[in-house]
Amino acid sequence: MIGNNVIAIALISPILVAFFTYIFKNNINIRDSLGFIGALISFYASIHISIIVINGQTPSLILFNLFNDLEFSFKVTPLGSIFGLVCSGLWILASVYSVGYMRGNNEKKQTRFNMFYSLSIFGALCVAWSSNLLLLFIFYEFLTFATYPLVAHKETEQSIKASRLYLGILVGSSLLLFLPAIIWVWYSTGTLNFTSGGILENSFNPEYASILLILFIFGIGKAALMPLHWWLPAAMVAPTPVSALLHAVAVVKAGVFSVLMVCCYIFGIDFLNKTNASFILIWIACFTIIMSSIIAIQKDDLKARLAYSTVSQLSYVILGGLIASQYSIIGSSMHIMMHAVGKITLFFCAGAIYVGAHLTKISQLDGTGKQIPIIYIAFCIGALSIIGIPPMGGSWSKFYLMMGAAQETLIIVIIVLIISSLLNAFYLLEPVFRAFYNLPKEKIEFKVPKLVTIPIVASTGLIILLFFFYSPLLTLSTMVAK
Amino acid sequence: MIDLIAIENNLPALQVVIPLLLAPVAILVSLPFLSWLVALFGSLFCLYSSVSLFFQVSEFGKINYFMGGWLPPYGIEYVIDDASSFMIVVISFMGLLATIYAYTSLKYEISESNQSKVYGMWLLALGGLLGLVTTGDAFNLFVFLEISSLSSVTLVALGSKKDKRALTAAFNYLLIGAVGATFYVIGVGLLYSVTGTLNIADLTVKLSELSGNNAVKAGISFIVIGLMVKAAIYPLHIWLPAAYTFAPSAVAVLLTATATKAALYVLARILFTLLSNADEFTFIILQWVLLPASIIAIFFGTIRAIYENDIKKLLAFSSLSQIGYITIGLSLGTAAGIMASFIHIANHSMMKAALFMGVGTISILSNQRVKLTNLKGLGQTMPITSICLTIVILSLLGLPLTVGFISKVFLLKAVFDHGNWPILFIIVFTSFLAMGYAWKIIEQIWMNEPIDGTVKVYEKPSLYIPMIILACLNIILGIYTYPIVNGSLQASKAIFWKVVS
Repeated sequence: MIGNNVIAIALISPILVAFFTYIFKNNINIRDSLGFIGALISFYASIHISIIVINGQTPSLILFNLFNDLEFSFKVTPLGSIFGLVCSGLWILASVYSVGYMRGNNEKKQTRFNMFYSLSIFGALCVAWSSNLLLLFIFYEFLTFATYPLVAHKETEQSIKASRLYLGILVGSSLLLFLPAIIWVWYSTGTLNFTSGGILENSFNPEYASILLILFIFGIGKAALMPLHWWLPAAMVAPTPVSALLHAVAVVKAGVFSVLMVCCYIFGIDFLNKTNASFILIWIACFTIIMSSIIAIQKDDLKARLAYSTVSQLSYVILGGLIASQYSIIGSSMHIMMHAVGKITLFFCAGAIYVGAHLTKISQLDGTGKQIPIIYIAFCIGALSIIGIPPMGGSWSKFYLMMGAAQETLIIVIIVLIISSLLNAFYLLEPVFRAFYNLPKEKIEFKVPKLVTIPIVASTGLIILLFFFYSPLLTLSTMVAK
Repeated sequence: MIDLIAIENNLPALQVVIPLLLAPVAILVSLPFLSWLVALFGSLFCLYSSVSLFFQVSEFGKINYFMGGWLPPYGIEYVIDDASSFMIVVISFMGLLATIYAYTSLKYEISESNQSKVYGMWLLALGGLLGLVTTGDAFNLFVFLEISSLSSVTLVALGSKKDKRALTAAFNYLLIGAVGATFYVIGVGLLYSVTGTLNIADLTVKLSELSGNNAVKAGISFIVIGLMVKAAIYPLHIWLPAAYTFAPSAVAVLLTATATKAALYVLARILFTLLSNADEFTFIILQWVLLPASIIAIFFGTIRAIYENDIKKLLAFSSLSQIGYITIGLSLGTAAGIMASFIHIANHSMMKAALFMGVGTISILSNQRVKLTNLKGLGQTMPITSICLTIVILSLLGLPLTVGFISKVFLLKAVFDHGNWPILFIIVFTSFLAMGYAWKIIEQIWMNEPIDGTVKVYEKPSLYIPMIILACLNIILGIYTYPIVNGSLQASKAIFWKVVS
């Protein structure tokens, strides 16, 4: 077994962080630095794992037999290594940011917050590296429940209600659709292991393939395909570090990651193309992309607007998986990372504005640009990356997605992507324009803690770096598409 | 000098006889602590005997023990096969944990003069249930059915120190239980009139030659209905909610973990061992009686639980719906379905026992009936109890990495094998509905501040240790699934003769 130690290290460190957070609950400084240390260790291990994957081997950690023929084991696929890198890498930034944010806002119950924060990362990493679909499902559910205390963190009536909706949609969809779909696959193929090329090819009746695919795609509620997207805007009641790391990166990406895993390693690209199972779903994904952009334009609340933008961007990844051509899979895999980095920057900025002066509405931002220029520049760069303008990382993934659509001659999809970019530009750049070009209505004082600013600068740098040094990511993504 | 080998050879009888013999001893010593020790010894012995029987069976195969050396069909036969050995391990293990829990909790809930009597009844119930599961004689089964239910009625009635409604609950239980037992014995009588035998193995052979005989059909129907009363399957469940709610906490733990489970096991044995060859009629019972009943039970129990504020009652209704899941597994009539039922029998007894322990602890320490609003901020006042409760509730919901998930996966897989789509969606839909009642408990516990300030309550180790054991088992056996899954697989093979022959 290659790389079993590194996988173990990467998975154990968030658990240890949660454990020691509880031990040191009275010593605030030690407690708050634990997340950063754990994140560094996890990220180092993830890089190690990715290098092994790039060299063409499969790092694996086999623990024991879950049921008769299913192992409780972790095997890192190329896609999993990308997702693992995203989660653990951005956790470093988010761990610093959340300390600054939570302290700046004087939030209560920070120990519980930190514990479940790292447990959620553990869940996301386990999702990334699961060796079979049942294990993925197990940790998918784990992730839902581990993030529940974070969503309900404020314990107000509004947040309790929102967290009920959150749990209701995520657990409901996974129970009603995802689990039956898994058991259907298990029943008809006798296995659930992720195999490149898929496992359905010879043992599943192609006539039912589209029904199965619909069960999967809607069952994975975390991917927020309309009409199951409600939970994401509702989850925005959580403190911003949660929205940033979990509802822009770990949780939603776990959703689209699962979709891609199902498309590539359960269905297999060939089987998807042959059965044409994804025909209806491609339309739904296109609809989601446009519709959520239109909703986002109407939102005045900054976090709600970002949430709808996330819904739209998630459907890019789903779309790429459903088109199932070589380039679209590459584009989707890259988009997981590119969008994560861009969106976490945007959320960081939204949180910084909230910590600084408790502003949540876009209409309140008029003329505030001169006081916190760094934040707005970072916001602008993040927005440009999401729109897909070079030299920001996001341009690559969008480029490959369009190539993928062209490969299958889906002209409608290309048009949708272009319209969506225009809409993105409209609603994501509006706060920046308001801040710099409008006159201030009243004088607002901003106090942004240093621990909040530093991660923002770092993630902004990362966006630009990813444009120039994208080749390892491209290598991994190409391996997914093979 | 006690001959150890003699004990070893006579374990099938001793595991029933010892608790029955210890029962009067427990009453006669009349000091609560001593009586408790006697009960503890009794349940420890049961656990020892059942575990060693389990290993004997899994190593050497089925044990047929003849009482007093009289051979069947005239003498009474005890049959320990893979199924009954699985059940006696579950029952005696849960019995032991309930006994540990009982000492402190009964001290608070029952007047001192009654306590020794409780332990006597306790041992009778335990011995009765073990006998119920192991006996291979239809009439002997009736005797144990009566022993266990009469003693549990007494136990329920003892809750009257706290709440007088326990008496009506016990009276209801007594009446309905008596009707059920009578139905059973009428059924056995009818079968005896046709076949002239009471030995179950012998009955099976004789009945296979009599398919289509109306007396047999009537007898079987009586038996099944009688057992449905004992197992609290939907329309015949009315004794259960009140009995669980008003019984002393420890008694509720014992009843939920063992009594209904034993009845369900007997039902499964009657349906699949006794009727193995009377195919069409079995099919009617399964498809048109058991299946609709369990679907209604699931919906009814879940929805009632959602609108219930009294936590013990809520748990009772939830038990009702969980029993529905077990009987759905049985009603599929396949080996996989029976296996799923066995898995859920074991898992549900672990979950519900822990839940009743937790709620009992809360009601003892806060000295009031546990309503939903009493749970506010419990996470801060009673952290250990709260954590255990949370884990077990998550398990009840079938969250992955807990035993509840294993039950759900195997039940769904069995339904898939059977190809019955509507049931599949009923199961997943209702297990989603179950979040409605389970989650409001968790919200109250964790997402609220305590009503009267943050005062930490001292939690007694004797109350929370069995609960912690169960909560840990819920997780450990949910990850390391081999013991339960394999045990149930063997049990379903032993019960389901159609597979073998």
